[in-house]
Amino acid sequence: MNRVIPGLPLSLGITLLYLSLIVLLPLGALVWQASGVGLERYLAIMSGGRTASAFQVTLSMAALATLFNAVYGLALAWVLVRYDFPGKRLLDALVDVPFALPTAVAGLALSALFVSNGWFGAPLAALGIKVAYTPLGIAAAMAFTSIPFVVRTVQPVLEDLAADVEEVAATLGASDWRIFTRIIFPAIFPAFLTGASLGFARSLGEFGAIIFIAGNLPMKTEVVSLLTFIRIEEYDYPAAAAIAATLLGLAFVMLFLVNMIQLWQQRRIGRGD
Amino acid sequence: MALQPSSGGPRRIRVGDGPLARTLLIGTVLLVTALVLVAPLIAIFAEAFRQGIGAYAASFADPDTRYAIGLTVFTALIVVPINVAFGIAAAWCIAKFRFTGRNLLVALVELPFSISPIIAGVAYLFVYGAQGLLGPWLEAHDIKIMFAVPAIILASLFVTAPFVARELIPLMIAQGSEEEEAAVTLGAGGWRILRLVTLPNVRFALLYGAALCNARVMGEFGAVSVVAGNIRGQTNTLPLQIELLYQDNNAIAAFAIATILTAVALVTLVAKAIIERLDARRAALTGEPTVKVAAKAGH
Repeated sequence: MNRVIPGLPLSLGITLLYLSLIVLLPLGALVWQASGVGLERYLAIMSGGRTASAFQVTLSMAALATLFNAVYGLALAWVLVRYDFPGKRLLDALVDVPFALPTAVAGLALSALFVSNGWFGAPLAALGIKVAYTPLGIAAAMAFTSIPFVVRTVQPVLEDLAADVEEVAATLGASDWRIFTRIIFPAIFPAFLTGASLGFARSLGEFGAIIFIAGNLPMKTEVVSLLTFIRIEEYDYPAAAAIAATLLGLAFVMLFLVNMIQLWQQRRIGRGD
Repeated sequence: MALQPSSGGPRRIRVGDGPLARTLLIGTVLLVTALVLVAPLIAIFAEAFRQGIGAYAASFADPDTRYAIGLTVFTALIVVPINVAFGIAAAWCIAKFRFTGRNLLVALVELPFSISPIIAGVAYLFVYGAQGLLGPWLEAHDIKIMFAVPAIILASLFVTAPFVARELIPLMIAQGSEEEEAAVTLGAGGWRILRLVTLPNVRFALLYGAALCNARVMGEFGAVSVVAGNIRGQTNTLPLQIELLYQDNNAIAAFAIATILTAVALVTLVAKAIIERLDARRAALTGEPTVKVAAKAGH
Protein backbone atom coordinates (compact mmCIF):
# COMPACT_ATOMS: atom_id res chain seq x y z
CA MET A 1 0.00 0.00 0.00
CA ASN A 2 1.10 3.55 0.28
CA ARG A 3 2.04 6.51 2.37
CA VAL A 4 0.18 9.10 0.33
CA ILE A 5 -3.13 8.68 2.13
CA PRO A 6 -3.24 10.79 5.27
CA GLY A 7 -4.55 9.90 8.70
CA LEU A 8 -2.43 6.97 9.85
CA PRO A 9 -1.15 8.59 13.06
CA LEU A 10 -4.60 9.87 14.01
CA SER A 11 -6.59 6.70 13.22
CA LEU A 12 -3.96 4.39 14.70
CA GLY A 13 -3.69 6.61 17.76
CA ILE A 14 -7.44 6.58 18.34
CA THR A 15 -7.62 2.82 17.80
CA LEU A 16 -4.78 2.04 20.19
CA LEU A 17 -5.98 4.45 22.85
CA TYR A 18 -9.53 3.14 22.70
CA LEU A 19 -8.49 -0.52 22.77
CA SER A 20 -6.15 0.17 25.67
CA LEU A 21 -8.86 1.83 27.73
CA ILE A 22 -11.82 -0.35 26.82
CA VAL A 23 -10.25 -3.78 26.28
CA LEU A 24 -6.72 -4.03 27.63
CA LEU A 25 -7.11 -2.10 30.88
CA PRO A 26 -9.96 -4.29 32.23
CA LEU A 27 -8.39 -7.54 31.04
CA GLY A 28 -5.10 -6.45 32.59
CA ALA A 29 -6.90 -5.67 35.84
CA LEU A 30 -8.43 -9.15 35.80
CA VAL A 31 -5.04 -10.77 35.29
CA TRP A 32 -3.56 -8.52 37.98
CA GLN A 33 -6.29 -9.48 40.44
CA ALA A 34 -5.93 -13.19 39.59
CA SER A 35 -2.14 -13.14 39.93
CA GLY A 36 -2.58 -11.73 43.43
CA VAL A 37 -4.43 -14.88 44.43
CA GLY A 38 -1.31 -17.02 44.51
CA LEU A 39 -0.83 -20.50 43.13
CA GLU A 40 -1.72 -22.45 46.24
CA ARG A 41 -4.98 -20.62 46.79
CA TYR A 42 -5.75 -20.77 43.08
CA LEU A 43 -5.44 -24.55 43.08
CA ALA A 44 -7.59 -24.76 46.21
CA ILE A 45 -10.30 -22.63 44.57
CA MET A 46 -10.23 -24.55 41.33
CA SER A 47 -10.26 -27.99 42.90
CA GLY A 48 -13.10 -27.10 45.25
CA GLY A 49 -16.12 -29.34 44.62
CA ARG A 50 -18.43 -26.57 43.45
CA THR A 51 -15.91 -25.05 41.02
CA ALA A 52 -14.81 -28.40 39.64
CA SER A 53 -18.41 -29.46 39.17
CA ALA A 54 -19.25 -26.18 37.42
CA PHE A 55 -16.35 -26.67 34.99
CA GLN A 56 -17.36 -30.27 34.40
CA VAL A 57 -20.99 -29.51 33.60
CA THR A 58 -20.02 -26.48 31.47
CA LEU A 59 -17.44 -28.38 29.40
CA SER A 60 -19.59 -31.48 28.89
CA MET A 61 -22.75 -29.59 27.98
CA ALA A 62 -20.77 -27.29 25.66
CA ALA A 63 -19.46 -30.43 23.95
CA LEU A 64 -22.99 -31.79 23.60
CA ALA A 65 -24.27 -28.48 22.20
CA THR A 66 -21.34 -28.35 19.76
CA LEU A 67 -22.09 -31.88 18.61
CA PHE A 68 -25.69 -30.91 17.87
CA ASN A 69 -24.61 -27.81 15.97
CA ALA A 70 -21.92 -29.69 14.06
CA VAL A 71 -24.57 -31.94 12.53
CA TYR A 72 -27.41 -29.44 12.24
CA GLY A 73 -25.13 -26.59 11.16
CA LEU A 74 -23.50 -28.68 8.44
CA ALA A 75 -26.88 -29.86 7.13
CA LEU A 76 -28.19 -26.28 7.23
CA ALA A 77 -25.17 -24.93 5.34
CA TRP A 78 -25.49 -27.73 2.78
CA VAL A 79 -29.19 -27.12 2.19
CA LEU A 80 -28.65 -23.35 1.86
CA VAL A 81 -25.80 -23.71 -0.64
CA ARG A 82 -26.85 -26.71 -2.72
CA TYR A 83 -30.60 -26.44 -3.15
CA ASP A 84 -33.16 -23.94 -4.32
CA PHE A 85 -36.53 -24.09 -2.66
CA PRO A 86 -39.28 -21.73 -1.56
CA GLY A 87 -38.43 -19.97 1.69
CA LYS A 88 -34.68 -20.36 1.27
CA ARG A 89 -33.99 -16.66 1.86
CA LEU A 90 -36.10 -16.73 5.00
CA LEU A 91 -34.21 -19.79 6.23
CA ASP A 92 -30.93 -17.99 5.57
CA ALA A 93 -32.11 -14.97 7.55
CA LEU A 94 -33.34 -17.16 10.43
CA VAL A 95 -29.82 -18.51 10.95
CA ASP A 96 -28.80 -15.15 12.40
CA VAL A 97 -31.62 -15.05 14.95
CA PRO A 98 -29.44 -16.36 17.82
CA PHE A 99 -26.89 -13.60 17.17
CA ALA A 100 -29.48 -10.85 17.04
CA LEU A 101 -31.75 -12.04 19.83
CA PRO A 102 -30.64 -11.01 23.34
CA THR A 103 -29.48 -14.02 25.36
CA ALA A 104 -31.89 -13.24 28.19
CA VAL A 105 -34.78 -13.33 25.73
CA ALA A 106 -33.52 -16.62 24.29
CA GLY A 107 -33.28 -18.09 27.77
CA LEU A 108 -36.77 -16.90 28.62
CA ALA A 109 -38.20 -18.41 25.43
CA LEU A 110 -36.39 -21.72 25.88
CA SER A 111 -37.53 -22.06 29.46
CA ALA A 112 -41.14 -21.45 28.35
CA LEU A 113 -40.77 -24.18 25.73
CA PHE A 114 -39.09 -26.75 27.95
CA VAL A 115 -40.92 -26.42 31.28
CA SER A 116 -43.04 -29.48 32.06
CA ASN A 117 -46.20 -27.94 30.60
CA GLY A 118 -44.43 -26.22 27.69
CA TRP A 119 -44.72 -27.02 23.99
CA PHE A 120 -41.59 -29.18 24.10
CA GLY A 121 -41.55 -29.99 27.80
CA ALA A 122 -44.93 -31.76 27.87
CA PRO A 123 -44.26 -34.28 25.09
CA LEU A 124 -40.71 -34.83 26.37
CA ALA A 125 -42.03 -35.43 29.88
CA ALA A 126 -44.33 -38.12 28.45
CA LEU A 127 -41.16 -39.80 27.16
CA GLY A 128 -39.58 -39.45 30.57
CA ILE A 129 -37.08 -36.77 29.45
CA LYS A 130 -36.62 -33.63 31.54
CA VAL A 131 -34.77 -30.72 29.99
CA ALA A 132 -35.63 -27.63 32.02
CA TYR A 133 -33.71 -27.40 35.31
CA THR A 134 -31.38 -30.25 34.28
CA PRO A 135 -27.97 -30.21 32.53
CA LEU A 136 -29.82 -30.85 29.26
CA GLY A 137 -31.41 -27.42 29.63
CA ILE A 138 -27.89 -25.95 29.76
CA ALA A 139 -27.00 -27.80 26.55
CA ALA A 140 -30.20 -26.57 24.88
CA ALA A 141 -29.41 -22.95 25.74
CA MET A 142 -25.80 -23.31 24.59
CA ALA A 143 -26.89 -25.01 21.37
CA PHE A 144 -29.37 -22.24 20.56
CA THR A 145 -26.94 -19.37 21.09
CA SER A 146 -24.20 -20.98 18.99
CA ILE A 147 -26.24 -22.18 15.98
CA PRO A 148 -24.84 -19.63 13.48
CA PHE A 149 -21.14 -20.46 13.92
CA VAL A 150 -20.84 -23.71 11.92
CA VAL A 151 -23.35 -22.54 9.28
CA ARG A 152 -21.63 -19.22 8.66
CA THR A 153 -18.11 -20.63 8.49
CA VAL A 154 -18.97 -23.64 6.27
CA GLN A 155 -21.40 -21.82 3.93
CA PRO A 156 -18.87 -19.66 2.02
CA VAL A 157 -16.39 -22.52 1.60
CA LEU A 158 -19.10 -24.82 0.32
CA GLU A 159 -20.19 -22.10 -2.13
CA ASP A 160 -16.67 -21.81 -3.52
CA LEU A 161 -16.21 -25.53 -3.96
CA ALA A 162 -15.56 -26.24 -7.63
CA ALA A 163 -18.00 -28.65 -9.22
CA ASP A 164 -15.51 -30.27 -11.57
CA VAL A 165 -13.72 -32.55 -9.09
CA GLU A 166 -17.04 -33.87 -7.90
CA GLU A 167 -18.14 -34.48 -11.47
CA VAL A 168 -14.96 -36.26 -12.44
CA ALA A 169 -15.35 -38.51 -9.40
CA ALA A 170 -18.96 -39.20 -10.33
CA THR A 171 -17.97 -40.01 -13.92
CA LEU A 172 -15.41 -42.44 -12.55
CA GLY A 173 -18.22 -44.19 -10.76
CA ALA A 174 -17.75 -42.99 -7.16
CA SER A 175 -20.88 -43.08 -5.05
CA ASP A 176 -22.37 -39.91 -3.58
CA TRP A 177 -21.34 -40.91 -0.07
CA ARG A 178 -17.79 -41.63 -1.18
CA ILE A 179 -17.54 -38.29 -2.99
CA PHE A 180 -18.85 -36.52 0.10
CA THR A 181 -16.51 -38.23 2.57
CA ARG A 182 -13.43 -38.22 0.31
CA ILE A 183 -13.72 -34.93 -1.56
CA ILE A 184 -16.28 -32.53 -0.16
CA PHE A 185 -15.92 -33.07 3.56
CA PRO A 186 -12.08 -32.83 3.56
CA ALA A 187 -12.40 -29.55 1.64
CA ILE A 188 -14.77 -27.97 4.12
CA PHE A 189 -13.23 -29.61 7.19
CA PRO A 190 -11.05 -26.69 8.36
CA ALA A 191 -13.99 -24.29 8.11
CA PHE A 192 -16.21 -26.83 9.84
CA LEU A 193 -13.69 -27.22 12.65
CA THR A 194 -13.35 -23.44 12.97
CA GLY A 195 -17.10 -23.04 13.28
CA ALA A 196 -17.39 -25.83 15.82
CA SER A 197 -14.54 -24.38 17.89
CA LEU A 198 -16.04 -20.89 17.83
CA GLY A 199 -19.39 -22.33 18.91
CA PHE A 200 -17.77 -24.34 21.68
CA ALA A 201 -15.89 -21.28 22.93
CA ARG A 202 -19.08 -19.25 22.91
CA SER A 203 -20.88 -21.97 24.87
CA LEU A 204 -18.19 -22.03 27.56
CA GLY A 205 -18.86 -18.40 28.43
CA GLU A 206 -22.62 -18.33 27.87
CA PHE A 207 -24.61 -16.87 30.74
CA GLY A 208 -27.86 -15.11 29.90
CA ALA A 209 -29.57 -17.87 27.99
CA ILE A 210 -28.55 -20.54 30.50
CA ILE A 211 -29.60 -19.10 33.82
CA PHE A 212 -33.28 -18.98 32.85
CA ILE A 213 -33.49 -22.67 32.05
CA ALA A 214 -30.77 -24.37 34.08
CA GLY A 215 -32.28 -24.29 37.56
CA ASN A 216 -28.85 -23.19 38.78
CA LEU A 217 -28.37 -25.79 41.50
CA PRO A 218 -24.81 -25.81 42.88
CA MET A 219 -22.94 -29.02 42.03
CA LYS A 220 -25.63 -29.96 39.49
CA THR A 221 -26.73 -27.29 37.04
CA GLU A 222 -24.48 -24.35 37.87
CA VAL A 223 -22.26 -23.22 34.98
CA VAL A 224 -18.88 -21.53 35.33
CA SER A 225 -20.08 -18.08 34.26
CA LEU A 226 -22.85 -18.18 36.87
CA LEU A 227 -20.47 -19.33 39.60
CA THR A 228 -18.20 -16.38 38.75
CA PHE A 229 -21.20 -14.09 39.07
CA ILE A 230 -22.17 -15.63 42.43
CA ARG A 231 -18.63 -15.24 43.80
CA ILE A 232 -18.77 -11.56 42.87
CA GLU A 233 -22.09 -11.15 44.68
CA GLU A 234 -20.54 -12.83 47.73
CA TYR A 235 -17.60 -10.38 47.51
CA ASP A 236 -15.31 -13.41 47.18
CA TYR A 237 -13.10 -11.55 44.70
CA PRO A 238 -10.13 -13.97 44.77
CA ALA A 239 -12.40 -16.85 43.77
CA ALA A 240 -14.14 -14.75 41.11
CA ALA A 241 -10.77 -13.62 39.75
CA ALA A 242 -9.39 -17.17 39.69
CA ILE A 243 -12.43 -18.61 37.91
CA ALA A 244 -12.76 -15.69 35.47
CA ALA A 245 -9.04 -15.82 34.64
CA THR A 246 -9.32 -19.56 33.97
CA LEU A 247 -12.29 -18.95 31.67
CA LEU A 248 -10.28 -16.20 29.97
CA GLY A 249 -7.38 -18.62 29.54
CA LEU A 250 -9.72 -21.16 27.97
CA ALA A 251 -10.99 -18.47 25.59
CA PHE A 252 -7.41 -17.71 24.53
CA VAL A 253 -6.69 -21.41 23.97
CA MET A 254 -9.77 -21.66 21.73
CA LEU A 255 -8.74 -18.50 19.89
CA PHE A 256 -5.25 -19.93 19.34
CA LEU A 257 -6.75 -23.19 18.05
CA VAL A 258 -9.00 -21.35 15.61
CA ASN A 259 -6.05 -19.35 14.32
CA MET A 260 -4.02 -22.53 13.87
CA ILE A 261 -6.88 -24.11 11.92
CA GLN A 262 -7.11 -21.04 9.72
CA LEU A 263 -3.38 -21.04 9.04
CA TRP A 264 -3.68 -24.69 8.08
CA GLN A 265 -6.58 -23.87 5.78
CA GLN A 266 -4.67 -21.03 4.11
CA ARG A 267 -1.67 -23.25 3.55
CA ARG A 268 -3.91 -25.88 1.97
CA ILE A 269 -5.44 -23.30 -0.34
CA GLY A 270 -1.95 -22.03 -1.17
CA ARG A 271 -0.98 -25.55 -2.17
CA GLY A 272 -3.98 -25.72 -4.44
CA ASP A 273 -5.37 -28.58 -2.39
CA MET B 1 -26.26 -23.02 -6.94
CA ALA B 2 -27.81 -25.30 -9.53
CA LEU B 3 -25.78 -25.75 -12.66
CA GLN B 4 -27.11 -24.57 -15.96
CA PRO B 5 -28.04 -27.51 -18.19
CA SER B 6 -25.54 -27.78 -21.03
CA SER B 7 -27.06 -27.31 -24.45
CA GLY B 8 -29.24 -30.26 -25.24
CA GLY B 9 -27.53 -32.63 -22.81
CA PRO B 10 -29.00 -33.84 -19.53
CA ARG B 11 -28.57 -31.68 -16.41
CA ARG B 12 -25.37 -32.63 -14.64
CA ILE B 13 -26.02 -34.25 -11.29
CA ARG B 14 -23.96 -33.28 -8.27
CA VAL B 15 -23.70 -35.02 -4.94
CA GLY B 16 -26.98 -34.93 -3.07
CA ASP B 17 -28.97 -33.70 -6.08
CA GLY B 18 -30.99 -36.91 -6.25
CA PRO B 19 -34.66 -36.40 -5.37
CA LEU B 20 -34.53 -38.59 -2.26
CA ALA B 21 -31.47 -36.97 -0.65
CA ARG B 22 -32.75 -33.55 -1.57
CA THR B 23 -36.22 -33.99 -0.12
CA LEU B 24 -34.92 -35.72 2.99
CA LEU B 25 -32.28 -33.07 3.73
CA ILE B 26 -34.47 -30.05 3.05
CA GLY B 27 -37.33 -31.59 5.02
CA THR B 28 -35.20 -32.44 8.04
CA VAL B 29 -33.48 -29.07 8.13
CA LEU B 30 -36.76 -27.18 7.83
CA LEU B 31 -38.34 -29.27 10.59
CA VAL B 32 -35.41 -28.84 12.99
CA THR B 33 -35.24 -25.13 12.18
CA ALA B 34 -38.94 -24.73 12.92
CA LEU B 35 -38.35 -26.37 16.29
CA VAL B 36 -35.13 -24.67 17.35
CA LEU B 37 -35.32 -21.23 15.73
CA VAL B 38 -38.95 -20.46 14.96
CA ALA B 39 -40.67 -21.99 17.99
CA PRO B 40 -38.75 -19.82 20.52
CA LEU B 41 -39.74 -16.67 18.63
CA ILE B 42 -43.39 -17.68 18.58
CA ALA B 43 -43.26 -18.73 22.24
CA ILE B 44 -42.18 -15.23 23.28
CA PHE B 45 -45.25 -13.63 21.71
CA ALA B 46 -47.59 -16.44 22.79
CA GLU B 47 -46.51 -16.06 26.42
CA ALA B 48 -46.65 -12.27 26.31
CA PHE B 49 -50.25 -12.28 25.03
CA ARG B 50 -51.36 -15.27 27.11
CA GLN B 51 -53.76 -13.11 29.14
CA GLY B 52 -54.77 -10.87 26.31
CA ILE B 53 -53.66 -7.57 24.99
CA GLY B 54 -54.79 -5.69 28.10
CA ALA B 55 -52.39 -7.53 30.40
CA TYR B 56 -49.69 -7.11 27.77
CA ALA B 57 -50.16 -3.38 27.54
CA ALA B 58 -50.42 -3.04 31.32
CA SER B 59 -46.87 -4.41 31.62
CA PHE B 60 -45.55 -1.19 30.19
CA ALA B 61 -47.27 0.98 32.79
CA ASP B 62 -44.73 -0.12 35.42
CA PRO B 63 -42.46 2.89 36.09
CA ASP B 64 -39.44 0.60 36.56
CA THR B 65 -40.03 -0.90 33.13
CA ARG B 66 -40.39 2.57 31.63
CA TYR B 67 -37.18 3.61 33.29
CA ALA B 68 -35.46 0.48 31.90
CA ILE B 69 -36.64 1.35 28.39
CA GLY B 70 -35.23 4.86 28.77
CA LEU B 71 -31.92 3.64 30.17
CA THR B 72 -31.53 1.07 27.40
CA VAL B 73 -32.18 3.62 24.67
CA PHE B 74 -29.88 6.13 26.38
CA THR B 75 -27.07 3.54 26.58
CA ALA B 76 -27.48 2.65 22.91
CA LEU B 77 -27.45 6.33 21.92
CA ILE B 78 -24.06 6.75 23.57
CA VAL B 79 -22.45 3.40 22.78
CA VAL B 80 -23.37 3.01 19.10
CA PRO B 81 -21.90 6.35 17.90
CA ILE B 82 -18.69 5.78 19.89
CA ASN B 83 -18.21 2.31 18.44
CA VAL B 84 -19.07 3.56 14.95
CA ALA B 85 -16.31 6.17 15.31
CA PHE B 86 -13.92 3.55 16.68
CA GLY B 87 -14.84 1.15 13.87
CA ILE B 88 -14.09 3.79 11.23
CA ALA B 89 -10.76 4.71 12.84
CA ALA B 90 -9.71 1.06 13.22
CA ALA B 91 -10.76 0.16 9.68
CA TRP B 92 -8.98 3.23 8.27
CA CYS B 93 -5.59 2.38 9.74
CA ILE B 94 -5.90 -1.38 9.23
CA ALA B 95 -7.29 -1.32 5.67
CA LYS B 96 -5.37 1.60 4.18
CA PHE B 97 -1.90 1.06 5.65
CA ARG B 98 0.61 -1.66 6.38
CA PHE B 99 2.64 -1.52 9.55
CA THR B 100 4.30 -3.87 12.02
CA GLY B 101 1.82 -5.45 14.37
CA ARG B 102 -1.10 -4.90 12.02
CA ASN B 103 -2.29 -8.51 12.31
CA LEU B 104 -2.01 -8.30 16.07
CA LEU B 105 -4.14 -5.16 16.00
CA VAL B 106 -6.82 -6.99 13.97
CA ALA B 107 -6.84 -9.78 16.55
CA LEU B 108 -7.09 -7.22 19.34
CA VAL B 109 -10.04 -5.49 17.68
CA GLU B 110 -11.90 -8.81 17.48
CA LEU B 111 -10.89 -9.97 20.95
CA PRO B 112 -14.11 -8.93 22.76
CA PHE B 113 -16.03 -11.40 20.56
CA SER B 114 -14.14 -14.28 22.12
CA ILE B 115 -14.57 -13.17 25.70
CA SER B 116 -17.55 -14.12 27.80
CA PRO B 117 -19.59 -11.07 28.80
CA ILE B 118 -19.35 -12.27 32.40
CA ILE B 119 -15.56 -12.01 32.20
CA ALA B 120 -15.91 -8.54 30.75
CA GLY B 121 -18.12 -7.50 33.66
CA VAL B 122 -15.77 -8.97 36.25
CA ALA B 123 -12.78 -7.34 34.55
CA TYR B 124 -14.47 -3.92 34.73
CA LEU B 125 -15.22 -4.50 38.39
CA PHE B 126 -11.51 -5.03 38.97
CA VAL B 127 -10.79 -1.65 37.39
CA TYR B 128 -13.52 0.59 38.75
CA GLY B 129 -14.82 -1.34 41.79
CA ALA B 130 -13.95 -0.34 45.36
CA GLN B 131 -11.12 -2.90 45.44
CA GLY B 132 -10.23 -2.37 41.80
CA LEU B 133 -7.20 -0.82 40.16
CA LEU B 134 -8.65 2.69 40.13
CA GLY B 135 -11.14 2.13 42.97
CA PRO B 136 -9.33 4.02 45.74
CA TRP B 137 -8.55 6.96 43.46
CA LEU B 138 -12.15 7.17 42.23
CA GLU B 139 -13.43 7.04 45.78
CA ALA B 140 -11.04 9.78 46.88
CA HIS B 141 -12.36 11.97 44.07
CA ASP B 142 -15.96 10.96 44.72
CA ILE B 143 -16.51 9.60 41.22
CA LYS B 144 -19.03 6.78 40.96
CA ILE B 145 -18.66 4.47 37.98
CA MET B 146 -19.41 0.99 39.31
CA PHE B 147 -23.01 -0.04 39.92
CA ALA B 148 -24.11 3.06 38.04
CA VAL B 149 -24.87 4.11 34.48
CA PRO B 150 -21.21 4.80 33.48
CA ALA B 151 -20.33 1.15 34.19
CA ILE B 152 -23.23 -0.03 32.03
CA ILE B 153 -21.95 2.14 29.20
CA LEU B 154 -18.34 1.00 29.61
CA ALA B 155 -19.27 -2.70 29.69
CA SER B 156 -21.47 -2.24 26.61
CA LEU B 157 -18.60 -0.46 24.81
CA PHE B 158 -16.36 -3.46 25.49
CA VAL B 159 -18.84 -6.07 24.33
CA THR B 160 -19.77 -4.28 21.09
CA ALA B 161 -16.39 -2.75 20.18
CA PRO B 162 -15.73 -5.10 17.22
CA PHE B 163 -19.14 -4.90 15.48
CA VAL B 164 -18.60 -1.96 13.12
CA ALA B 165 -14.87 -2.54 12.63
CA ARG B 166 -15.42 -6.15 11.66
CA GLU B 167 -17.87 -5.19 8.92
CA LEU B 168 -15.68 -2.37 7.56
CA ILE B 169 -12.18 -3.90 7.59
CA PRO B 170 -12.59 -6.71 5.02
CA LEU B 171 -14.66 -4.51 2.73
CA MET B 172 -12.19 -1.61 2.80
CA ILE B 173 -9.30 -3.99 2.17
CA ALA B 174 -11.14 -5.51 -0.79
CA GLN B 175 -11.99 -2.10 -2.23
CA GLY B 176 -8.35 -1.01 -2.18
CA SER B 177 -7.12 2.55 -1.94
CA GLU B 178 -7.09 3.72 -5.55
CA GLU B 179 -9.99 6.12 -5.17
CA GLU B 180 -8.48 7.65 -2.04
CA GLU B 181 -5.10 7.99 -3.77
CA ALA B 182 -6.77 9.74 -6.70
CA ALA B 183 -8.49 12.08 -4.26
CA VAL B 184 -5.15 12.88 -2.63
CA THR B 185 -3.65 13.67 -6.04
CA LEU B 186 -6.55 16.03 -6.65
CA GLY B 187 -5.66 17.82 -3.45
CA ALA B 188 -8.32 16.55 -1.06
CA GLY B 189 -7.54 16.37 2.66
CA GLY B 190 -8.05 13.36 4.90
CA TRP B 191 -11.45 14.31 6.33
CA ARG B 192 -12.78 15.20 2.91
CA ILE B 193 -11.64 11.86 1.52
CA LEU B 194 -13.23 10.02 4.42
CA ARG B 195 -16.51 11.89 4.04
CA LEU B 196 -16.79 11.98 0.26
CA VAL B 197 -14.98 8.86 -0.92
CA THR B 198 -14.51 6.18 1.70
CA LEU B 199 -17.69 6.37 3.77
CA PRO B 200 -20.04 6.45 0.76
CA ASN B 201 -18.27 3.34 -0.55
CA VAL B 202 -18.78 1.42 2.67
CA ARG B 203 -22.11 2.91 3.73
CA PHE B 204 -24.02 -0.38 3.72
CA ALA B 205 -21.44 -2.21 5.79
CA LEU B 206 -21.36 0.73 8.17
CA LEU B 207 -25.14 0.72 8.56
CA TYR B 208 -25.25 -3.00 9.10
CA GLY B 209 -22.45 -2.90 11.68
CA ALA B 210 -24.22 -0.09 13.52
CA ALA B 211 -27.53 -2.00 13.48
CA LEU B 212 -25.89 -5.13 14.89
CA CYS B 213 -24.05 -3.05 17.48
CA ASN B 214 -27.34 -1.44 18.52
CA ALA B 215 -29.16 -4.76 18.86
CA ARG B 216 -26.36 -6.15 20.98
CA VAL B 217 -26.14 -3.08 23.23
CA MET B 218 -29.88 -3.16 23.89
CA GLY B 219 -29.78 -6.89 24.60
CA GLU B 220 -26.53 -7.20 26.53
CA PHE B 221 -27.11 -9.11 29.73
CA GLY B 222 -24.04 -10.84 31.21
CA ALA B 223 -21.58 -7.95 31.33
CA VAL B 224 -24.21 -5.44 32.36
CA SER B 225 -25.62 -7.65 35.10
CA VAL B 226 -22.20 -7.79 36.78
CA VAL B 227 -21.51 -4.06 36.65
CA ALA B 228 -25.03 -2.68 37.10
CA GLY B 229 -25.71 -4.03 40.55
CA ASN B 230 -29.39 -4.43 39.62
CA ILE B 231 -30.75 -1.43 41.42
CA ARG B 232 -34.45 -1.18 40.69
CA GLY B 233 -35.35 1.97 38.83
CA GLN B 234 -31.71 3.07 38.70
CA THR B 235 -29.49 0.64 36.86
CA ASN B 236 -31.88 -1.81 35.25
CA THR B 237 -31.67 -2.07 31.50
CA LEU B 238 -34.36 -4.03 29.65
CA PRO B 239 -32.66 -7.45 29.80
CA LEU B 240 -32.04 -7.02 33.54
CA GLN B 241 -35.63 -5.95 34.01
CA ILE B 242 -36.73 -9.14 32.24
CA GLU B 243 -34.80 -11.27 34.71
CA LEU B 244 -36.11 -9.30 37.67
CA LEU B 245 -39.74 -9.67 36.58
CA TYR B 246 -39.23 -13.34 35.80
CA GLN B 247 -37.86 -13.93 39.29
CA ASP B 248 -40.82 -12.00 40.70
CA ASN B 249 -43.06 -14.53 38.92
CA ASN B 250 -44.37 -11.79 36.69
CA ALA B 251 -43.99 -13.84 33.53
CA ILE B 252 -46.42 -11.81 31.41
CA ALA B 253 -44.45 -8.61 31.99
CA ALA B 254 -41.11 -10.40 31.43
CA PHE B 255 -42.32 -11.74 28.10
CA ALA B 256 -43.92 -8.42 27.20
CA ILE B 257 -40.53 -6.72 27.51
CA ALA B 258 -38.97 -9.61 25.64
CA THR B 259 -41.26 -8.86 22.69
CA ILE B 260 -39.70 -5.38 22.37
CA LEU B 261 -36.18 -6.78 22.28
CA THR B 262 -37.30 -9.52 19.89
CA ALA B 263 -38.78 -6.85 17.62
CA VAL B 264 -35.45 -4.98 17.71
CA ALA B 265 -33.66 -8.21 16.74
CA LEU B 266 -36.07 -8.99 13.91
CA VAL B 267 -35.91 -5.44 12.55
CA THR B 268 -32.11 -5.74 12.60
CA LEU B 269 -32.29 -8.94 10.56
CA VAL B 270 -34.73 -7.43 8.07
CA ALA B 271 -32.43 -4.41 7.79
CA LYS B 272 -29.57 -6.80 7.10
CA ALA B 273 -31.52 -8.44 4.27
CA ILE B 274 -32.43 -5.05 2.75
CA ILE B 275 -28.88 -3.73 3.10
CA GLU B 276 -27.49 -6.85 1.45
CA ARG B 277 -29.83 -6.41 -1.48
CA LEU B 278 -28.99 -2.71 -1.91
CA ASP B 279 -25.31 -3.55 -1.59
CA ALA B 280 -25.59 -6.22 -4.28
CA ARG B 281 -27.17 -3.62 -6.57
CA ARG B 282 -24.37 -1.14 -5.84
CA ALA B 283 -21.77 -3.84 -6.49
CA ALA B 284 -23.42 -4.76 -9.80
CA LEU B 285 -23.42 -1.12 -10.89
CA THR B 286 -19.86 -0.28 -9.87
CA GLY B 287 -18.19 -3.65 -10.33
CA GLU B 288 -16.89 -3.47 -6.77
CA PRO B 289 -17.08 -6.31 -4.25
CA THR B 290 -20.18 -6.70 -2.09
CA VAL B 291 -19.87 -6.69 1.68
CA LYS B 292 -20.47 -10.44 1.66
CA VAL B 293 -17.82 -11.23 -0.94
CA ALA B 294 -15.34 -8.92 0.75
CA ALA B 295 -15.93 -10.60 4.09
CA LYS B 296 -15.28 -13.95 2.48
CA ALA B 297 -12.04 -12.74 0.91
CA GLY B 298 -10.95 -11.31 4.23
CA HIS B 299 -10.88 -14.73 5.87
